[in-house]
Amino acid sequence: MHELSIAMSIVEMAEEEIERQGCVQITAVHLKLGALSGVVKEALVASYEMACEGTPLAGSRLVVEDIPVIVFCPRCQAQRALSSIQLFCCAACGTPTPEIVQGKEIEVAALEIEEWAPNPV
Amino acid sequence: MGAEPRLVEVRKNVLKQNDLTARGLRQRFRAAGVFVVSLVSSPGTGKTMFLEKTLSLLGQNYRVAALVGDLATENDAIRLARSGAPVKQITTGTLCHLEAAMIENSLEEWDLNNLDFLFIENVGNLVCPSSYDLGENLRLVLISVTEGEDKPLKYPTIFNSADVAVVTKMDLASAVEFDWHSAYSNIQAVRPGMQVFKLSAKTGDGMQEYFDFLAARRDALRAAIAI
Repeated sequence: MHELSIAMSIVEMAEEEIERQGCVQITAVHLKLGALSGVVKEALVASYEMACEGTPLAGSRLVVEDIPVIVFCPRCQAQRALSSIQLFCCAACGTPTPEIVQGKEIEVAALEIEEWAPNPV
Repeated sequence: MGAEPRLVEVRKNVLKQNDLTARGLRQRFRAAGVFVVSLVSSPGTGKTMFLEKTLSLLGQNYRVAALVGDLATENDAIRLARSGAPVKQITTGTLCHLEAAMIENSLEEWDLNNLDFLFIENVGNLVCPSSYDLGENLRLVLISVTEGEDKPLKYPTIFNSADVAVVTKMDLASAVEFDWHSAYSNIQAVRPGMQVFKLSAKTGDGMQEYFDFLAARRDALRAAIAI
């Protein structure tokens, strides 16, 4: 269960962004999560809520985009999506390939920010 | 009162800090000429026995040392110290994996220039360690014949992140009806081309082939540094 420490890193990164951007409220964090990241999405989302408690991120959402594994097929000389992470073969010609192009990401892609204008008197 | 929601692009790797620390470690290891091997396995695979034998046998010809990650006890470090090699325990508390910063902190009193091989034993866990680069030159995944041939299919991510696989406790293979070909093809399915060693740390069968491989990898790295 290393999802809590990953969630805490995400919250820290978002907090840094709040400081950088000045007085803003983050309502959501968009995360890209590779199928080979070693991170379980459900556990991460649950941990995120915990990690947010008592921080300026409390109440914000974690929006996870699943990133599928893409490999490079040496025979087709092309990038192919992997049909299963239990079988590293080209989906078109069946050639085994260990060459991963995408799928290990744990990346904060974007933040949803709300800027509150001062109340009109 | 007007809320203006907007999307700010960030594109930051969450494990960036770990990756940076690992990169720094790799440079240090390279400068010192030490070849670093990390070990991952399930609890109970026989990682400590395997490492104990590695340290005492490889230690006859090379200067070896080990860092050992464990949740709570120092038992593994005490066992490994019997080999005569320098051993340091990293107690992770409740953390289920080692991170690059823990390796960095543990190396403070060691002169890496006096080492040929450094082994890092990760916490027994086939899930969490896969995401964390420790600056190692080689990640070795260890399974034993008693765990079943489908272990690679159950934990494809860690097998995929490893560079070499070792199947140990081969002395028990026939007793547990271990199917070597099935295990081998499962490893190849999740990591095509991965080199696999079969051995018994207890009897020593197959260990020499694995040592020769480590020595060759170390020589190749040193040759690359010399150029």
